[in-house]
Amino acid sequence: MANVKTRKNASSIDMTAMCDVAFLLLTFFILTATAKQPEPLPVDTPSSTVQTKLPETDLAMITIGKKGTVFLGIKGQDIRKKTLEIMSAKTGVIFSAEEINKFALLEDFGVKMAELRGLLRLKNADRNVEGLQKGIPHDSINNELKEWIKAGRNANAELHQKQLNFAIKADAKEEYPDVKNVMDILQKEGVNKFFLVTGLRSKEF
Amino acid sequence: MAELNTDGGGGKDKKVRSKKSNSKVDLTAMVDLAFLLITFFMLTTSLSKPQSMDLGMPEKDDDAPEILVADARTLTILIGEKNTLKTYMGQFADPLEKPSETTYGKDGIRKIILAKVKSVPITMGDPKKGLIVIIKATKKSTWKNLIDVLDEMAISKVPTYAIVDIIKAEDDLVKVAQ
Repeated sequence: MANVKTRKNASSIDMTAMCDVAFLLLTFFILTATAKQPEPLPVDTPSSTVQTKLPETDLAMITIGKKGTVFLGIKGQDIRKKTLEIMSAKTGVIFSAEEINKFALLEDFGVKMAELRGLLRLKNADRNVEGLQKGIPHDSINNELKEWIKAGRNANAELHQKQLNFAIKADAKEEYPDVKNVMDILQKEGVNKFFLVTGLRSKEF
Repeated sequence: MAELNTDGGGGKDKKVRSKKSNSKVDLTAMVDLAFLLITFFMLTTSLSKPQSMDLGMPEKDDDAPEILVADARTLTILIGEKNTLKTYMGQFADPLEKPSETTYGKDGIRKIILAKVKSVPITMGDPKKGLIVIIKATKKSTWKNLIDVLDEMAISKVPTYAIVDIIKAEDDLVKVAQ
């Protein structure tokens, strides 16, 4: 007769299933990952309850932070190349083919036209050093931002046959006139619709 | 957890067998590694795209004729420095409701706006003539303040709103309050 024994707990757990799940998730995350680009001008955006997604193409992102420093980022390498060509023709700053290719890989930048070649010569990691990029000039004496906006719109219209959208990403603590300046420049160029980049929050605040 | 081969040192009378390879591989370390990598990828991925808010501004045209609207429909919000807010109804020179201080959030500005959104079409006697909110930000107000107010517009579903440049008298009013 077999005695009824209390069963001992198994000392080892079968890890196979767990391992499978873990690797499945891992694969998913690797495939969906788009690595976070280091930002030369980190900003802390205010939050809102509105949930409109930003378009992924035909978009120019204007980042405003630190006392009105303005950075510009245009989506799409082809558009970036074309924009630089237009700007080069306008300002007379000549870029080599290699520099144009480097610019096409640059997510966003914030330097004067005259300093752009110097920036392109730097290594990726060195470009994001704080204080190196002082922003695109946008005052009444030297309004390069306006030229960039114009060039970007022309480039997008030519290559994609679509209007370029503008997104404004400003720091929560930025004073209103700094943002207003940029909006005024955009409006003078006939851009009246903006995407304001915000975080997300609930209605209870 | 670890599976060890524990059948060494059998009796002498047993025959020496060719050792069977252990069919169970210890996966603990592998799972550890996999979860470590998952955590890494989860943290470095920007999973959600940034949210945004649409803002349409009227075309800048200095020659455009002024649009006249009824005083009873317009609520003006003045955004001051240090997160202060003031609201009044009608025209500044002759307000229907005197400028009063309020706060951000659901207990302050939202109550006022929601009440107006309801009451204005009734007083105007026409459901199409809804509330018009005019947002005026002073020089010292921050971007967050403006977004907060724009957000209130979206939450309360204000039919018409506009961002307008502030005039001096209003700017002074907000300053005096400090």
